[in-house]
Parts: sequence; structure tokens; C-alpha cells
Amino acid sequence: MTNLVEIRDLRVAFDGVPVLHGIDLDVRPGEALGLVGESGCGKSVTWLAALGLLPSKATVSGRVRLGETDLSGAPRAQLEQVRGGRIAMIFQDPSSALNPVLKVGRQLCEALKLHRGLTGAPAKAEALRLMDLVGIPDPKGRFALYPHEFSGGQCQRLMIAMALAGEPDLLIADEPTTALDATIQAQILDLLARLRAEMNMATVFISHDLGAVAQVCERVCVMYAGRIVEQGEVGLLFDRPRHPYTRGLFDALPRLDGPRVPLVPIRGTVPDPRNLPRGCAFAPRCAHARDFCHSERPDLHRQQDGRALACAYPLPAAPATQDTAPARREGVHS
Amino acid sequence: MIAFVLVRLFRAVVTVLAVMTFAFVVLRMSGDPAQVLMGPDVPQNVVDAFRAEWGLDAPLWQQYISYFREILSGDFGLSMRDRSPAIELVLERVPATLQLTIPALLLKLCIGIPAGIYAALHRDSAIDRGVIFLAILGFTIPSFVMGLVLVLIFAVTLHALPSGGIGTWQHALLPAITMSIGGIGILARFSRSAMIEVMGQPYIRTASAKGVRWHDVVRGHALPNAAVPIVTIVGFMVGSVISGAVVVETIFSWPGIGRLLIVSVANRDLAVVQCILLLIAAVMVVSNLVVDLLYGWLDPRLRAQPAH
Ligand SMILES: Nc1ncnc2c1ncn2[C@@H]1O[C@H](COP(=O)(O)OP(=O)(O)OP(=O)(O)O)[C@@H](O)[C@H]1O
Ligand SMILES: [Mg+2]
Repeated sequence: MTNLVEIRDLRVAFDGVPVLHGIDLDVRPGEALGLVGESGCGKSVTWLAALGLLPSKATVSGRVRLGETDLSGAPRAQLEQVRGGRIAMIFQDPSSALNPVLKVGRQLCEALKLHRGLTGAPAKAEALRLMDLVGIPDPKGRFALYPHEFSGGQCQRLMIAMALAGEPDLLIADEPTTALDATIQAQILDLLARLRAEMNMATVFISHDLGAVAQVCERVCVMYAGRIVEQGEVGLLFDRPRHPYTRGLFDALPRLDGPRVPLVPIRGTVPDPRNLPRGCAFAPRCAHARDFCHSERPDLHRQQDGRALACAYPLPAAPATQDTAPARREGVHS
Repeated sequence: MIAFVLVRLFRAVVTVLAVMTFAFVVLRMSGDPAQVLMGPDVPQNVVDAFRAEWGLDAPLWQQYISYFREILSGDFGLSMRDRSPAIELVLERVPATLQLTIPALLLKLCIGIPAGIYAALHRDSAIDRGVIFLAILGFTIPSFVMGLVLVLIFAVTLHALPSGGIGTWQHALLPAITMSIGGIGILARFSRSAMIEVMGQPYIRTASAKGVRWHDVVRGHALPNAAVPIVTIVGFMVGSVISGAVVVETIFSWPGIGRLLIVSVANRDLAVVQCILLLIAAVMVVSNLVVDLLYGWLDPRLRAQPAH
């Protein structure tokens, strides 16, 4: 199966400080890919760079291919066609992501005009359909309202409707539920899962919420300090995480079944991009690190079970015995 | 919406009243018109007669009440110098002042705002730095210095333009430019920072992410948001079309309101000064009112919630 998007050796630096150190990432048509990692590890920057949305102080190198199109170094007009048309993106804080001085209907119609050439009554009809599709009650009555007249959850629904307007092949959802409360989060996740199935649209789901990722994604990619450290099928990573960082993320999750054990947050904090450790960036926080880890950086290698892993001393691959197997965590539905 | 307008109207009226009271009290506490007008050697009975004629012998609060009663009946008093109605003296000067302040205002808007926006969109470029430098220069040099420099260059050295007086449009050129330079600097700096602020907002990234072309992002998404803070400053500038010309009119001997104000204050011509201050306050207040209403129009979040 050919990939929808192929990112190769993507590097980003802000004012000379590198924050992405060569990301290789594929998205297959229709799949749901999760991108997880602590704050600041480069999840958003990866996709903002791919779409050419970073400010000009950012230096970007590497290749981003979408089907036959090479997005890296593409002229602005071509990027503008891709944005919202083939790859749409929604963001973390929905209330500030909509333009406060424009009516939501107008913001929706703008996307419809850009990517589907709809104007006037047909545009309005389609905008109303999209508002209805994402679950905005009374679309007709709310078409001419401003963003501040909607709740946070509704704003995110509107963002999703706007993203769908161009009928994209790929939706990047950058922490779409982080700013919302728990019940609304669940509703938005359900909506995204439903729409993906209905529209056969690939989704990249960026989150620090592993439970949510497990719920909607098939494949997970774990990032740390501007690199991918482990990547594989969601079940595989959840059952047998091999990178100590992945394991640490899971241990920091509340478990619903099994004995009630205290949560174990990963000790230490994410390193400053200006001051990265010499070897593996995770080594200073890693309980399994040895001398090698502090001096050499392991590359990302494909493993026999299909995952990719960047760790010199990973956790064991063999199936764990029954009583030590990590229990399934909250939100993991098999 | 009605409550919104009523509150603003009430505030406007209170502001005008405050200005009038302040002017009334300060003028009367700070000098005696009889002394100024007639000199120190006039016999006491003449001074007393003058005081009685103009009602200056009554207690301050009585003067104040009759002043208000007259204003409410449309009587703005007479000039003590030639006994002509103060309001006529003042209104007669308005066109001359507007001949300077309106072109100056247009210069501020047409140069300051585009320069600031361009600089913001080309942040850290050579042009951006140039705009910042000129803007700071523009509003730090006092207008009397700027006026004298311009006169030196264009009138004294080049003989290209008249150095003072009123007459042809060339006469208005130097004073209008002098008056506009500070405002251009302020507007450029302000538009620049407003635009930079807006361009960094998440909704701008949203617009780009949905494929809106860059100049449409600027025009359709950024400018309407940046307009809100810019309108504040512009409103303030519109509000000072009457009062902003005092220094420049004096430098260029321009027979406008500003010069009349200076002369009338020096002469303690009470009715005229009060009339000018009232006019200045009224123009300021009206332009603030318009700005408040514009806010509501530009930013739906500031509109009072309509009843659903
Ligand atoms: N506009 C910017 N200017 C300078 N540095 C930036 C900018 N955007 C991101 N960075 C830096 O790039 C790194 C990666 O940021 P990124 O936003 O991709 O993190 P993230 O993984 O999305 O985190 P979060 O979960 O908090 O969204 C961080 O160190 C951040 O400080
Ligand atoms: Mg992010």
C-alpha cells in the first residue's frame, strides 16, 4: 500500500536551536496514527513544518511528500491548495482558533469556496449540513453567530466542520480535546472516530492523553525531544512497550482494572532543546541507562515484531508472564 | 444595545460638565480680568463698575449657576474685549483650524497606518527597522522644534514655501506637515504592534491552515482584528482636531482656534476661553462616543448581548 504522506529526515530549528532532529514518518491512506510525547517534544512542529505554517524564524529541512506532490519547497500557491484541501489541521484551543470578529457561517463558507468552489446558497446549504454533521444544534439559527457565542466544545466541532469542508485526505488533530472537559472530550473523540470511518479520511491524532490515543488510533508514534523513539501498532506498544520512555508514559496513566497502585510519573523533566544531553536524550531520566546511553545515541531500528525502536537497552521483547504483564489501561478497548 | 448607548451618553455629559466646571473655577481663581484688561493704574471705582457689569462681584457659586443657566439657554456670553458674542468669535476661527488639522489627520492615517502594517508584516526587515526609527524620531521631536526645522529648510533656505500666515494652500503645507509628524510616528508604532499581536493569534494560523491565501489572511482575518486597537488611537486624534493646533498655529501665525485660545487666556477673556474649552471638550467627547460605537461594530464580543 502506498503511503499518503511520507516525511523524511524533517529537521526544524528556531533561531538556530534545533527542535526536530530528523523525523521519518509515514501516514497510510485512511489510517489513524497517534503522535504522543510530553509537552515540547515537537509533535505540533512536525506538522506545522510539513504544511509550511511555521513562522519565518524557523529553518526547515527534509522532505515531505503527499502522493505525487513534494511539499518541501513547494511554491506558496501549491501549499495553499494542499492546506485545508488535502491536509486539514485542527488545533488545541478551539475558542481562540476561530476568528472572533467573523461569523462562524462565513468562516465555514470561506473554506467551501476555497476548496470546492461553492458560493452563495449552495455554500450555505453545505455549511449547514457540515454543522449538523458535527453535531451543532440548530445550525440555521446559529449560522450567523460569532465564535464567542459558542461553547469550547462547540467551537471544536466548528473547527472540525471547517476542516471537513475541503474533504481532506488527512486530518491532523493537534490535541483537539486538551482544552475541553472530560465529557466533551469523549464526545469529540467519538465524533472524530465516526467521521474518519464515514469519510475514509486518515487522521493524525496528536495528544499526551494515551487513553484517548488508544481509543482512536491504530498505530502510535512516541516522540521525545525532537525524535521518534518508538513506533508501532497500538496493541503492541500498549501491551509490551520496549522503550523505557514509552513504558514511563504508560506507568503514568491511571489503571482502571487490576490492583490500585500509585501512579508513577516519569522522574525529571524534558531537556531544554538548547542544552540536550550528548547521548540518548532520555538517558538522564532513564532507570535502565548505562554508560553507553550517556555517550552514544541509538538510532531508530525496525524490530522483528514490526515496531521501530531507538533504545540500546530496551525492555524485554518476550511476552511477560501472566502476573507481571502490564494490565490493560483505561481507554484501551480490544 | 440601548443601555450601552445610554451609559456612554451619560459618561459623555459628565465629562463635558467636568471640563466646564474645571475651566470656570481655574479661570476665575488664577487672575483678574479687570486687572489684565485695564492695567494696574485704574481707579478702584472703575474696576468695581467693570466687575459689577460682568457679574464678577457675585460669589463664585452664583456666577457658576448663572453661567450654566445662560449656557442652557444658548447664551455663551460676550467677549470682554469687543463685546461681540463669544461663540461667534470662536466659530469664526474653526475653519482656519480645520484647514490644518484635517489635512494633518489624513496624512497621519494615510502614512502612519500603512507604514505600521507593512513593517509588522515584514518584521525585522530593513524597512521595518527604518519605520521604527522614523516613528520614534517623529514622536520624540517636539512639534515646535520640528516646525522651526521645516521653516529653516523650506522657507528660509529653499524659499519654496511661506513661513507663516494664511492664504494659499502652500501656506497650509508646512504647518499641516509639522502637525502630522508626531501622529504618523505614533500611529505607525501602534499599528505595527497591533498587527504583530494579531498575526501571532491562533485564528490566523487557522486561516492559513485552511488554505486562505496570504494576502487574504492579512486583509480578511488580520486587519479586522487589528482595527479595534487602531481605532482607539485614531479616535483620539480625531478628537483633537480642534485642540491639537495650539503650538503649530502659534509658530506659523495661523489665525485659528489655538491662537485665539492663547490670546484669550492671556487677556482673561472669560467667555471666549470657556467657549473654546467647551468646544474642545464636546469634540473629544463626541469622537470618543463614536469610537465606542465603532468598537461594538468592529468587535462582536464588545457588543452588549442582545436578548435571545
Ligand atoms: N514559534 C516558535 N518559536 C520558538 N520555538 C518554538 C516555536 N514553536 C515551537 N517551539 C519549540 O519547539 C519545540 C517543540 O514544540 P512543539 O510545539 O512541537 O511541542 P509539542 O510536542 O507540540 O508540545 P505540546 O504538547 O505542548 O503542544 C519546543 O521546544 C518549543 O519550545
Ligand atoms: Mg503542540
